Amino acid sequence: METLGGLLTQALHLVLVLVGAPLVLGCTRWLKARMMGRRGASPWQPVRDFAKLLRKRPVLAENASAVSEVAPFVAVVATLVALALVPSFALGMAFAPLGDLLLVAGLLALARVALALAGMDVGTAFGGLGAAREMSFAAFAEPALLVSVLSFAILAGTTNLDLVAATFRDGQLGLRVSLALAGIAMLAVAVAENARIPVDNPSTHLELTMVHEAMLLEASGRHLALWEFQAALKLELWLALLAAVFLPFGAAPAGAGPLAWALGLLAWLAKMAGFTLALASFESAIAKMRVFRVPEFLGAALLLALLAAALLFVSTGLA
Amino acid sequence: MLTALSLVLAALLLLAAAGVPLARRPGGARLVHGGCVGACLALVVLAAWALLAGAGGSASAVLALPFGPPWGRALLALDGLSAWFLLLLGVTGAMASLYALAHPAAQPGAVAPYPLFLGGMALAVVAADGFTLMFGFELMSLASWALVAADHSQAENRRAARLYLMMAALSAACLVPAFGLLAGHAGGFSFAVLRAAPPTGWLAGGVLLLGLLGAGGKAGLAPLHVWLPLAHPAAPSHVSALMSGAMTKVALYVLARLLLDLCGPAQPLWWGVPLLVVGACSAVLGALRANLEDDTKVLLACSTIENVGLITIGLGLALAFRGADLGPLAALAAGAALLHALNHGVFKTLLFLVAGSVLHSAGSRRLDRLGGLIHAMPVTAGCALVGIAAAASLPPLSGFASEWLLLQALLAGWRTGDIGFQVLAAAGTALAAMAAALAAAAMVRLFGLVFLGRPRTPRGAGAHEVGRLERWALLIPAGLTLLLGLLPGPLLGLAQPALSVLLGSAATAPARGFALLGGTGEASAWYLPLALLLVLAAAGLLVALAVRARSPLETRRGPVWNCGFINPPDYLPFGDPLSQPTAGGIAQPLRRMLGTSLLAAREGVDMPRPGETRAAGYTASFADPAFGWVVAPAARLRDAVAARCDRLRDFSIRRCLSLGFGALLALLALLAWLEAH
Repeated sequence: METLGGLLTQALHLVLVLVGAPLVLGCTRWLKARMMGRRGASPWQPVRDFAKLLRKRPVLAENASAVSEVAPFVAVVATLVALALVPSFALGMAFAPLGDLLLVAGLLALARVALALAGMDVGTAFGGLGAAREMSFAAFAEPALLVSVLSFAILAGTTNLDLVAATFRDGQLGLRVSLALAGIAMLAVAVAENARIPVDNPSTHLELTMVHEAMLLEASGRHLALWEFQAALKLELWLALLAAVFLPFGAAPAGAGPLAWALGLLAWLAKMAGFTLALASFESAIAKMRVFRVPEFLGAALLLALLAAALLFVSTGLA
Repeated sequence: MLTALSLVLAALLLLAAAGVPLARRPGGARLVHGGCVGACLALVVLAAWALLAGAGGSASAVLALPFGPPWGRALLALDGLSAWFLLLLGVTGAMASLYALAHPAAQPGAVAPYPLFLGGMALAVVAADGFTLMFGFELMSLASWALVAADHSQAENRRAARLYLMMAALSAACLVPAFGLLAGHAGGFSFAVLRAAPPTGWLAGGVLLLGLLGAGGKAGLAPLHVWLPLAHPAAPSHVSALMSGAMTKVALYVLARLLLDLCGPAQPLWWGVPLLVVGACSAVLGALRANLEDDTKVLLACSTIENVGLITIGLGLALAFRGADLGPLAALAAGAALLHALNHGVFKTLLFLVAGSVLHSAGSRRLDRLGGLIHAMPVTAGCALVGIAAAASLPPLSGFASEWLLLQALLAGWRTGDIGFQVLAAAGTALAAMAAALAAAAMVRLFGLVFLGRPRTPRGAGAHEVGRLERWALLIPAGLTLLLGLLPGPLLGLAQPALSVLLGSAATAPARGFALLGGTGEASAWYLPLALLLVLAAAGLLVALAVRARSPLETRRGPVWNCGFINPPDYLPFGDPLSQPTAGGIAQPLRRMLGTSLLAAREGVDMPRPGETRAAGYTASFADPAFGWVVAPAARLRDAVAARCDRLRDFSIRRCLSLGFGALLALLALLAWLEAH
């Protein structure tokens, strides 16, 4: 029965995240537009964009290699699998034993490398510039992420996402200062990984400042659709990850029935809506920073995460 | 089994002797390298056999050779740890030798020392007494020096060989006293005797310091790593592969044997600290340098420094966990180190062989003279892609599996309970993660500049795919890299005897079936590479089918868009080379973000004034701090000592004689004092 429930929740989760990814992106854009006093496109606009791009004939540069054609699939698959491992409305999904935080980080690195290689494939200045910046930011984001993971690993005794979420959901830990600090660090990493303001501007095409978009300049048709979809999946992944770890309340426990799933679904939708609103207001309130200020931004995140871990060491040492 | 092993060693020595006359004959080099392939395969079989047999009973026999040092006989043994590193040596050696067989030998001087190099490494790994181990270790150093100096017509190779020889001498000067301290305390050289009397107090501290300096210097740990990016690229490519893939691991084997096995299991927690610190610094420094170098083989050598650092972190954690009585975590850390040693050996060999093929086919090692080779060399590019993905530790390849284990061990560092070590482990986690991300950046830069984009020179545009045998010499390590990534669980099961040697027979490998286990207790973490591959494949199939159904139109080719940049003129058939990113350009973000503070990187723009007709210029440079802190003071000390010694030449005969007598008297007094105590 439990296996069946696990399979069923996993399938429902997959459908949910596939539908949710363009919606999260669309809602963020719509909310941002509203906050800036514009009317904004409908939240379903990304779905229309994907459909339009898929219909179009892709054009590749004359000297493009197989990398340009395969890399978008690799990136989408890696991100999708990573997203399948992050619990949403229910715990104990079929892939739960696979769902390790380090593996999620590894899959995101796989997608990042695919994107960087696609950016360098044709040998244009913008692609190389974007790839170099993207890989450099990762050198600061990964340590901050891993040290935040250290805090969960200390509190939950594991890096398995499902177990971490289950431990935090039971709520024996109470509110912890270190968890809050690790949370801020993870938020900063999420902003940087998703190429959002203040690290990168997702809606700019000003060549001198961009990172993510610079690598996609040569992509068109289904390749561009896949890249855009991957970005949407990645945004949803980070929000779902933050929700699963820091706001695990309401998620159905392993082996629960459909009623608990429905409650969990409502809770998850509320959490994602909250995150989307927070992201949109944060982006509307802040300006983009210079590229070479990003290491300071992510370095501060790393320091916060280290501080969180040190606080835990002290508190567990005293206890 | 040991008899067969000694026969293989003898065969390698014979091949070396035969290599001297054969090197200049047509087909002679092929004979020698073919023999090396056979010998290495024999080593693999013997090592695998020993590991499989060792899983049942750990009793290991010792073979006393009929010759040896004046006070005894040379001893050989094949316990778990030796067998694991012998397996690594055999696998990398076979791949490098196969490549040498397929590749037309460029330098006859590199033929004869090659089997000697392999034999020295094998002897160092299977030795069962301090003397034989040092003999093999020095054989390895000298033979590899001869290989580095094989192409001595170029000044930079001569410089590399000189520095390498000095560093090898320094390693020996540290390792010989380290074994001397142990042997003097225990009263014998054989490992069994040394193990029976583990050192304590300052003696143990001395062994730790000397061992770390000697073996760490040979392995390329900071700050004694400066020779590595010079010496490894100077040798022919298959030798570079072996030096990076196997020789550094032999040095790490000596480190593990000395500190984890011979010094006994009762060493305190802080023993792991120096290894952890040195390893983490090497990992970040090596990975950062790999991002700034503009020569393929130098870049790969710097990445070796990074990986050696990661393995050392694993060994240091194993020491610390053992000191804190955390057996399962010690097994996790040691398992990570052993697995990463093997994985790195295979993928680094692959990458160096690819660099060799690129050098042969496109005529350059410099990133700024290559480009677009994926079109001319698709098979090589595919193999390189597997190699860089493993080196960038991407799932589901081999580098990720061992790095996952290592990070799990680091994340468990807080369980030691000592707050100082906890903070160190947290900092180590951050540095290891940064090293992994920097390595990924370096590998993307390598592949992107060499294989993607457009050719940067006419010579590079005329590149061709490698021959059939050479293709196999690249495909086999690439396949092995994939396989190692999917089967880390069974491999760690195979490494069980090695873990027993390092941590006592109670240690169990952190693997169950095909899965890797992290953490302890019931709340645990798993890495399931085969399941991950299945999920990835299924998702890939679904996405591909869905996209195909929705997007049926075939792709069309057109001129590059590049934000509307104008098309190049006809006399530039591969486009304007200046509109393509360069090695320095890709390195720029990291050079500014980390290089200025860590590597004293400098950038200078030379902008002509309005009206001047000269071209604008841009220079970027960096300097490894170890040169300023270690090599330059050592060179100054050498000059000062040499100047002092020069004065001795002008002594009168009376003073010369009294100097000799004085030395004799002092030695006699020392002997009398030692006899009295």
